[in-house]
Amino acid sequence: MSDASEVIVIGGGLVGAAVAYGLAREGASVTMLDEGDVALRASRGNFGLVWVQGKGDGMHEYASWTRRSKDLYRSFADVIRGGDGTDIELKQDGGLELCLGEEDFRANEDEIRRMHNQPGVGENDRVMLDRADVLKMLPLIGPEVTGASYSPHDGHVNPLYLLRGLHGGAQALGARYVSGAQVRKIEKDGEGFSVSTKVGAFRGGKVVIAAGLANKWLAEMVGLSIPVEPNRGHILITERMQPVIPMLLVNARQTADGTINFGNSHEDAGYSTRINPAKLAEIARSVIRSFPVLKDARIVRTWSALRVMSPDGFPIYRESESMPGAFSISCHSGVTLAAAHALELAPVILRGGFNERFAAFSPERFDAAPAA
Amino acid sequence: MLRRLPEQKGRRVRFLFEGEQVHALEGDSVAAALLAAGAGATRTTPKSGSPRAPYCMMGVCFECLVEIDGVPNRQACLIEVRDGMRVRRQRGAPGLPGEAEDDPV
Ligand SMILES: Cc1cc2nc3c(=O)[nH]c(=O)nc-3n(C[C@H](O)[C@H](O)[C@H](O)COP(=O)(O)OP(=O)(O)OC[C@H]3O[C@@H](n4cnc5c(N)ncnc54)[C@H](O)[C@@H]3O)c2cc1C
Ligand code: FES
Repeated sequence: MSDASEVIVIGGGLVGAAVAYGLAREGASVTMLDEGDVALRASRGNFGLVWVQGKGDGMHEYASWTRRSKDLYRSFADVIRGGDGTDIELKQDGGLELCLGEEDFRANEDEIRRMHNQPGVGENDRVMLDRADVLKMLPLIGPEVTGASYSPHDGHVNPLYLLRGLHGGAQALGARYVSGAQVRKIEKDGEGFSVSTKVGAFRGGKVVIAAGLANKWLAEMVGLSIPVEPNRGHILITERMQPVIPMLLVNARQTADGTINFGNSHEDAGYSTRINPAKLAEIARSVIRSFPVLKDARIVRTWSALRVMSPDGFPIYRESESMPGAFSISCHSGVTLAAAHALELAPVILRGGFNERFAAFSPERFDAAPAA
Repeated sequence: MLRRLPEQKGRRVRFLFEGEQVHALEGDSVAAALLAAGAGATRTTPKSGSPRAPYCMMGVCFECLVEIDGVPNRQACLIEVRDGMRVRRQRGAPGLPGEAEDDPV
C-alpha cells in the first residue's frame, strides 16, 4: 500500500497547520499527522496575541521575523477567509504593556532603548506613555500604574478560529489530516521518509516535524537536537462586564461580549497542566493592582497550557544535515508567527536553502561551550 | 407553563423578585423557584439585549444570571432560595462597582 505525499507534516497545532497550509498553497500534496486530544497542545490554550513589542530583545532576526509576520497578517486573514470562510477576528489596533511602579517603567524603557540599538530591527515605533497618557486610554487604572509602553503594531486574533481556519484552508487545498496518528518512528526510506504511527505507516518525500514539545524526541530520529522545554501559563476568564479595558494589553483583554481574559504567567511545572491555585491568586492580584474595579469580578473559567520554550525563547528551525528533507520547526508565539510560517517559511521548505535562510534560528546556537 | 409535582412538600420560603413577593419551597434553587412562579425572562443579554431564562439548571449555560441581594451575575440555578432574598433580573452586563442603580425596594 503506497500512502505517499510530497510532504508529511507531523503535528496539527498552529505551527504544523500553518506550515501545512503554506505547503498546500504552493501546490504540494500534504499529509498532516496529529496525535489527538491526549497530546500537550499549546495551540488550544493560548492567549491569541499577534504581539510585536519586546519580541527579539537579544536577537534582531527574531524581531524582524515577528514584525514581518505581523505585517503579513492582514492579507493572511483574508487568505484564510477566502480558504474556508473562517473569520479569525484579527484586530491590529496597537497594544500596551502596563507598568506597575517605577522599576517596571524603567525596565520597559530600557528594553526599548536596547532594541533600538540592535542592528536590523527596522522601524521600531514602540514608545513609553506616562500615567496621564495611559489614563486617557484606560480611565480605570489603579494608582500604582506608572505608565505603559505602547506599540501600534500589536494586535490579536481568536486563536481557535485561527487553528480552524488553517485546518479548513489546508484541507480545501487538498491536504489530508489524520487524527489519532501518534508518530512513533521516522525513518529514511529510499529518496524519502517513512513515518510509522499508531494508525499505520505513511510515506513522504519530505517530513516536517512540528509537534510542539514532542519535537524534543521526534527530531532526534532525524539527527537533530531540539532543546524545547514546557513552560506553564494560566489564563483566567471573568464574567461579562461593562467595558473596563478598552485597549489590548499584553496580559489582559476584554472581548466584545464583555468577558475579560487575563494571565501572562510563566512557571516551570514539568509536563503538568494542572491548575495551580496559588498562581491564579498571584495573577489576579496583579490584575487588581492595574484595575482595582476588578476586585469583585467573578472568574467563570480558567485553564493552563504549556508553552513550547527554547533556552533563549526564540524559534528553532532546522533541516537535518544527516537526513536532508527532514525539518524541525518549533517556536513560542505560534499565533504571532503563523502568517510568516504559512507564507514565507513553507515555500523555503519546498525550494531549498532552508538552513541558509534561517541560519539565525539554528539549534547550533545552543552548542557553544559555556565560557570558562 | 411549568408546574410543581403535586407530591412536592416543604417549608414555604418567601423572597422578592423585581420587588414582588414570590413563594417557593425550601430547597428550591432560585432558578427553579422563578420558573415555578412563572417569572418569565430572568435576564437580558449584554450583546443583543434579548430576553433569557434558566436553561440547563446545572451551572453550565449561564442563561440564569440574576442579581441577588445587590450582587450581579449570580447563577440562579446554583443558589438556594432563602427567606427575604432580593432577586432582580440581570440586565445586560453588570455595571461597575460604584455605579449600581438603587434598589427600588
Ligand atoms: C498560556 C499560553 C499563552 C500563549 N499565548 C500566546 C499568544 O498570545 N500569542 C502567541 O503568538 N503565542 C502564544 N502562545 C504560544 C503558542 O500557543 C504556541 O507557540 C503554539 O501553539 C505552538 O504550536 P505548536 O503547533 O508548535 O504546538 P502544539 O500546539 O503543542 O501542537 C503540537 C501538536 O502536535 C501533536 N503531536 C504531539 N506529539 C505528536 C506525535 N508523537 N505524533 C503526532 N502528533 C503529535 C499534538 O497533538 C498537537 O496537536 C501561548 C502559549 C501558552 C501556553
Ligand atoms: S440554568 Fe444553566 S447555568 Fe444556570
